[in-house]
Amino acid sequence: MPSFVIAEKCDGCKAQDKTACKYICPNDLMTLNRDIMKAFNQEPEQCWECYNCVKICPQQAIEVRAYQDFAPLGGNVIPMRGTDSIMWTIKFRNGSLKRFKFPIRTTTEGGIDIYGGKPEPDISKIKQPGYFTHQGAGKAMPTLK
Amino acid sequence: MEKETCTFSYCQKPEIVEVETDLLLIGGGMACCGAAFEAARWGTPKKIKITMVDKAATDRSGAVAMGLSAINTYMGDNDPKDYVKMVRGDLMGIIREDLVYDLGRHVDDSVHLFEEWGLPIWKKADDGFSLDGFQARDQGKAMLKDGGVPVRSGKWQIMINGESYKVIVAEAAKKALEHNRLATGVAQNHYERVFIVKLYHDANDPKRVAAAAGFSVRENKIYLFKAKAIINASGGAVNVFRPRSTQEGQGRAWYPVWNSGSGYALGMQAGAELTMMENRFVPARFKDGYGPVGAWFLFFKAKATNSLGEDYCVTHLEETKKLYSPYAEKLGTCIRNHMMMVDMKLGKGPILMNTHTAMAELAKTMDAKRIKHLEAEAWEDFLDMAIGQAGLWACKNVEPNKEPSEIMPTEPYLLGSHAGCAGFWCSGPEDIGAPDHYHWGYNRMSTVPGLFMAGDICGASGHKFSSGSHAEGRIAAKSALAFILDHPDYKPTIKASADEIAGELYMPFETFEKYKTFSTDPAINPNYIRPKMLQTRLQKIADEYFGGISTWYMTSKTMLDEGLKLLTMLKEDAQKMAASNLHELMRCWENFHRILSVEAHARHILFREETRYPGYYYRGDFLPINDKDWKCFVNSKYDAENNTWELKKVPYVQLVAD
Repeated sequence: MPSFVIAEKCDGCKAQDKTACKYICPNDLMTLNRDIMKAFNQEPEQCWECYNCVKICPQQAIEVRAYQDFAPLGGNVIPMRGTDSIMWTIKFRNGSLKRFKFPIRTTTEGGIDIYGGKPEPDISKIKQPGYFTHQGAGKAMPTLK
Repeated sequence: MEKETCTFSYCQKPEIVEVETDLLLIGGGMACCGAAFEAARWGTPKKIKITMVDKAATDRSGAVAMGLSAINTYMGDNDPKDYVKMVRGDLMGIIREDLVYDLGRHVDDSVHLFEEWGLPIWKKADDGFSLDGFQARDQGKAMLKDGGVPVRSGKWQIMINGESYKVIVAEAAKKALEHNRLATGVAQNHYERVFIVKLYHDANDPKRVAAAAGFSVRENKIYLFKAKAIINASGGAVNVFRPRSTQEGQGRAWYPVWNSGSGYALGMQAGAELTMMENRFVPARFKDGYGPVGAWFLFFKAKATNSLGEDYCVTHLEETKKLYSPYAEKLGTCIRNHMMMVDMKLGKGPILMNTHTAMAELAKTMDAKRIKHLEAEAWEDFLDMAIGQAGLWACKNVEPNKEPSEIMPTEPYLLGSHAGCAGFWCSGPEDIGAPDHYHWGYNRMSTVPGLFMAGDICGASGHKFSSGSHAEGRIAAKSALAFILDHPDYKPTIKASADEIAGELYMPFETFEKYKTFSTDPAINPNYIRPKMLQTRLQKIADEYFGGISTWYMTSKTMLDEGLKLLTMLKEDAQKMAASNLHELMRCWENFHRILSVEAHARHILFREETRYPGYYYRGDFLPINDKDWKCFVNSKYDAENNTWELKKVPYVQLVAD
């Protein structure tokens, strides 16, 4: 299942310009109950457990409870996503713990310079194979002929 | 059944937003992100307006939304000709070798960009062990483009720290769109949470595509995008067959649960020719959690066996060759499934991935620190791309170094970028000596002028994966721009009025509002069908008649005929879909797209009278493979207006020698 929202922690992203989990969920599942200003998963059986709501929540109010139609109770996986790495805590049903830390990016978020230092496209070659990067670097594309 | 129309007598009429653009990108996944990057570079100096429309938030949309632990298509020192041979072998001999070769010769440039943009890529250390992306950087290892040596998990795969893969690729795409927006002076050219559900032909040229319509899933707004060319890269189809887990667990599909066949349905409604829609993908994955097995097989060198310790790919090979030679020998994905299922049917399951013996073997050459690193690598494989699998192991107290884990073939999926090739018949490159029927001028254009395809729905060319989808989006973008520049005076116009389109898109709202008070519980009402029931019925039909899990993937002419009868009624009933809110309206249209995708799949299976993909599906009435009559493509065309189909054989041409 499904992501769930811990009532005590969720503040409905009142101070933000958008509800973070609602903004990011790829399947349009996370939504806001405006009566209590707290988020919830409106269709738990369509949740991929992608954790994007968990990772983005500024209050760390969202966790995932494993699918009960095949998973025994008691396990848990909790991420803490930073700017360049992610920390994972895995809690087993038997109580044992594992922790891992992995890189997520080597550049600053928002810092990508997409065309800087890249060749200009030559519009006369638009129907030839190769991207502007290949063509501008003078790379010939191999063919089967 | 009487057809009703929406006149907004019951539901509220939405605001209608019309957007005029030049190149429209439908989808926000890897392919459209690649298209945005390439198109903005070429098109901006010419003031060509580029617009992306995404059903979700582009940072986390498409199949890479969760992340990935590997890039499965990177040539490096390999020859793209060998890539063609691998894809052909895995997909049972019938692929578009021109498209696959073209992809192979382009793809590395996208991977080099990903690394430059910040994707951490594992590198080989001087002692032969692996370094993660940070260790590699800190030790001064060269970037791939400068000759850096990646960690290969297989001949074509490289390992990455890919939690933020999509976020990084989306950032570049969004910057490209912004670059284009500023130069062309439009107010907005990136629409998130707008679900495109239908394409429209040009009023003056009824073959050509001219517009796409959809709705916001956030507010009462219909969008009509008029464009000179469209790239459709809105993905394959998941949850079209009844899944093995039918309650909460159906969300844990192997393929992203939001890919609802829109890519197929949009092109089909525009009359684009399909190819190889009989193909499907049935991945063998860790049971229930559907965690990836690629790294376990290829990187950790784990062996899968039955519960008696027998290697089913050895014990059943001779028998398999009798029906499926000369393809069985290549041990493609479907063939391995086939031999696994032979053992399952003999009661020799569960089938086990022997993670424990593989790790013990690897640990023999390692000190304690390296063993710890190895364990982290094994868990990262799941945490980067199938977190639910890590959760399942935690719930079951599974430690992969101590015990094996069960693997199992899943329910079928329709797609064309993994070990599957269902999609559209697209024009290929002109410069590699392909026969005339493979190209008609614009690379990756469908048979509908102005409509280009990329990623999961460009057919007969599987094994693109994430990098290849990005690369293909770039190829499609370049040629879509060429198409636009070749038709400078074209102005898209459509016959349907904006009001008519709004009425069609909002029909499920009108139906719900009109009838909802007839019964005391709006869930049960004879006047309409809610999207959840529509989907459940579709899954049941597909599963029971078209070769799903309940018949061990077995079907036949008689089964298909019966299933198609039921599907025809379901398709009629789709006119009675009812939605009580925008989320449900999205589900209604998604499930309509699923129905069209499944219908194409079933009709293709019916037409191809052989079993081309044992282990994916079987025609019980034509059990062997039959190269004499069927070593060809099957193509089809759906006429949406008259609800009719044409199917035909199209010659396969081998371009790369064995």
